[in-house]
Amino acid sequence: MTTPAYVSPDQWMSDRADYARRGIEDEHAVVVARYADGICMVALNPSRTLHRTSEIHDRIGFASVGRFDESEQLRVAGIRLADLRGYAYDRLDVTGLSLATTYAQVIGGAFATMGQKPYEVELAVAELGLVRSQDRIFKISWDGSITEGTAPMVLGPMSPDRRETVEEFLIDTTPLDDAVRCAAAALTASSEPVPDQLEVSILDPRTGGRRTFRRLAADRVRTFWDAA
Amino acid sequence: MIQPWGTMLPAPFLAAGNDSFAEFTRTVAPDLLPPTTLDTSMPELLRHGTTVVALKYSSGVVVAGDRRATMGTLIVQHDIEKVFGADDTSVIGVAGAAGLAIELVRLFQTELEHYEKIEGRALSLEGRAARLSILVRSNLAMAVQGIAVIPVFAGWDAVHHRGRIFSYDGTGGRYEEYAFSTAGSGDIFAKATLKQLHRLDMDRDEAVQLAVRAIYDASDDDAATAGPDLDRGIYPVVLIADEDGVTKISTENVALVAKRILDEVTRSNESA
Repeated sequence: MTTPAYVSPDQWMSDRADYARRGIEDEHAVVVARYADGICMVALNPSRTLHRTSEIHDRIGFASVGRFDESEQLRVAGIRLADLRGYAYDRLDVTGLSLATTYAQVIGGAFATMGQKPYEVELAVAELGLVRSQDRIFKISWDGSITEGTAPMVLGPMSPDRRETVEEFLIDTTPLDDAVRCAAAALTASSEPVPDQLEVSILDPRTGGRRTFRRLAADRVRTFWDAA
Repeated sequence: MIQPWGTMLPAPFLAAGNDSFAEFTRTVAPDLLPPTTLDTSMPELLRHGTTVVALKYSSGVVVAGDRRATMGTLIVQHDIEKVFGADDTSVIGVAGAAGLAIELVRLFQTELEHYEKIEGRALSLEGRAARLSILVRSNLAMAVQGIAVIPVFAGWDAVHHRGRIFSYDGTGGRYEEYAFSTAGSGDIFAKATLKQLHRLDMDRDEAVQLAVRAIYDASDDDAATAGPDLDRGIYPVVLIADEDGVTKISTENVALVAKRILDEVTRSNESA
């Protein structure tokens, strides 16, 4: 009987990490941040059909970078989890925390399991609180690690100084047009307007209904540059 | 199927190609769905919601339902609701065993929203009507034993730019209606009124008035249907679906319409 070649756990994990990281490095980043009225998700995405941001539940949005098939699988799983829970209990019992931790377990599980391909995705779960102070943005990385907070989250590759700019200028009192322009500048590394390349979705509590998610039409996004 | 360690979600959560909430739930949590068989001697099954009417007018559809639930000869609830927004552009009204009917509505609403979120667009009106057929049919075993839940589905068809109404039978059979539809114990009486007074070119206010009138007439002859309850301020629920989506007519406005009808009835009896 042959003995399998020994690979140290450190080496094994770092190989997998390199693999997953490489899958995300070539992608466009996504910015998820609180603005004056709610939470906005801004992606650089030339496609009008294959979305990077979407609705999970009444007050919960989803954004992703990385392999499209994998993020689609996780997005749909999130909608199933949320709707099942909302149907079994109540719509208010669907929480961003439970979704984010489930994602972390699924992604982290695949990352740590021999013979399973690690997910090449980075996700954000954005949750609009019933009061502003309860807003939360969760970010789940390709290894299942999870970060949580009220500060803007950047998914995918972005230089540290641009991340700092986003954190400095995109705060919870920034109006939507400023917020989108700021996110777009960080995503493109230039101040050139690129409204046609942007996918912008918001969670806006002022919509009146239960469902707060809105995908902004290209015309609306374009007006953010008209005003400036 | 054996799950690899670490994948915490059961396979159906991660499966591709299914955008139906009901089908998904049947695989992971069938107990959450309405039962498909029940002991038909259960007294709860006699708890009935009664008359629902739907009618077209010049630029949309009106759906209205009375507020009474009965159990045999007892009135068990005075303010039950049987008409609901199914989504942003369509309305569902239900008659039949109350517990199952309300559950059917909740499942249908979740089903439509679930599809919309996964696919990124709403089902066509025809598609929604077909989906409702399937949900009704899963109740078939009970329908055979006489415990049917009969929905009426109506909405604004954005593709064909007109209001449409679908009625159902206990087997899930779906029939598109040309002008109006009624369901529940008082349906014959409501239909008689609609037959006399309905026109397709009515405006919205006339249509709301006729819907309330039809329910009033049903309550006049059917003990299980409630007319306007002036003492407690409980009036039929009236919903509209038109180009701008679903709107609920406020209780104050329904009250005004109902009182006008009662006045008319009083006047016509005095002059007789």
